[in-house]
Amino acid sequence: MSKLVEVINKLAAGVFIVIMEIVTKLSDEIYFNLIRDDRYLYFVKGLGVSIQLTFYAALIGGAIGILVALARLTNNKVIKVIAEKYIDITRGTPVVVQLLIIYFAIFASTKIPRVVIASIAFGINSGAYVAELIRAGIQAVDKGQMEAARSLGLSYSQAMYHIIMPQAIKNILPGMGNEVISLWKETAIAGFIGLEDLMRGAEIVRARTFSNYTPYLVIALIYFYITALMTMILGKMERRLRKSD
Amino acid sequence: MIKVVDLYKSFGSLEVLRGITNEIHKKEVVCVIGPSGSGKSTFLRCLNLLEMPTSGQVYIDGVSFMDKKNDINKLREKVGMVFQQFNLFPHKTVMENITLAPVKVKGVGKDEAREKAIQLLRKVGLPDKDYEYPNKLSGGQKQRVAIARALAMDPEIMLFDEPTSALDPEMVGEVLQVMKQLVEEGMTMVVVTHEMGFAREVGDRILFMDEGIIAEENTPAELFQNPQNPRTQSFLSKVL
Ligand SMILES: Nc1ncnc2c1ncn2[C@@H]1O[C@H](COP(=O)(O)OP(=O)(O)O)[C@@H](O)[C@H]1O
Ligand SMILES: [Mg+2]
Repeated sequence: MSKLVEVINKLAAGVFIVIMEIVTKLSDEIYFNLIRDDRYLYFVKGLGVSIQLTFYAALIGGAIGILVALARLTNNKVIKVIAEKYIDITRGTPVVVQLLIIYFAIFASTKIPRVVIASIAFGINSGAYVAELIRAGIQAVDKGQMEAARSLGLSYSQAMYHIIMPQAIKNILPGMGNEVISLWKETAIAGFIGLEDLMRGAEIVRARTFSNYTPYLVIALIYFYITALMTMILGKMERRLRKSD
Repeated sequence: MIKVVDLYKSFGSLEVLRGITNEIHKKEVVCVIGPSGSGKSTFLRCLNLLEMPTSGQVYIDGVSFMDKKNDINKLREKVGMVFQQFNLFPHKTVMENITLAPVKVKGVGKDEAREKAIQLLRKVGLPDKDYEYPNKLSGGQKQRVAIARALAMDPEIMLFDEPTSALDPEMVGEVLQVMKQLVEEGMTMVVVTHEMGFAREVGDRILFMDEGIIAEENTPAELFQNPQNPRTQSFLSKVL
């Protein structure tokens, strides 16, 4: 009987020590990676940069996407071919390569802030995907809609504006939301041009603390929860859109 | 009213219309019958240039529809069209479906367009559906709204492409009823249909199409009782 008590006591002591070690390690990790020298600020500032980047890139991408989608619909062959080449090239090369080319080849010698350059680069990249989304959304509208509109005497652009686009938007919006979510994650390569985004913030902290993975774990959590938040908002929007059918 | 001369239409290497010449006169009701795939829809769609003919001419009131100098949208105002699949605008109410074209194309005032729409809805037997969305309507109701929508442009001629083929049988009658009313009012109409009873009753002239040509045309009485072309005979023996 006393033997059993002894074993349990030893086990409990062992578990306690392990827990204490984990807690100590964890608090050390938290202390060195976040608290000491206000290192959490690298994450906060990085988060701000990443959000900014995503926001402006989405705006630029949306605008380019609409223009390019329209360009593909025109009868002007030259404009059409340019739009198609843009989409092919953008979708056929890695975004990090595009970012570096745009930075070094075009903007490096200028005084334009890096956030702006990166926003433009990501916007140009995203624009190609948005253009495809818009095209697919328009094509998914029943052909009979255009025919009915034209048979009533509406011009092509009137039919597009009053009949096709309002229906296409319902097809396009969910994809647009997903595009913003991908952008949010893709901007993690902005450090390649020296921008101190969330990812870069983690690298800076890691260089100071020599922690193996804690800084990355921190930003993984941040990326994940912001993605989850955006997914939730998108889901709500989609449900509302479907309701209006 | 509408005249087509030597109309040809190909889709790639597929020759769908192979030389059609015909004239539809004012107040005439012409029914087009024929086997599926014979080019009836294509012919009808060439009449308002939803399909651009490969060659030939389409005239409306003597004005060439194909001459690029003439405004195709202006000419289309004169030609109403009703589709097999209704093609109502799902994001717009019945009222908006009907008033959109008069307001945007003809520049009619909104109030005037609404008043007219209410009259038309009464005429097609749907006086209380103006604020419904199309998906709340039955097939027969949708097609009657589609007819009202086309009529709102005050067309000189109405084209119908199998207007009752997508309907449940119990709804065919209500749509045919509205069309008969139009006939009585003297509307010029071209109707592609499988409703032989309707064609016989209201048609002034029947065109039997086969393999891209008008194989036979005659008054309903003659064509249904005394078909001359063996292909007409064989088609009628199958559908009557
Ligand atoms: N847009 C199109 N592209 C290619 N082929 C078509 C098109 N529209 C019709 N066709 C073909 O033309 C032929 C005639 O079609 P259609 O005029 O619809 O016949 P119907 O109305 O008499 O059944 C069919 O073989 C059909 O497949
Ligand atoms: Mg057909």
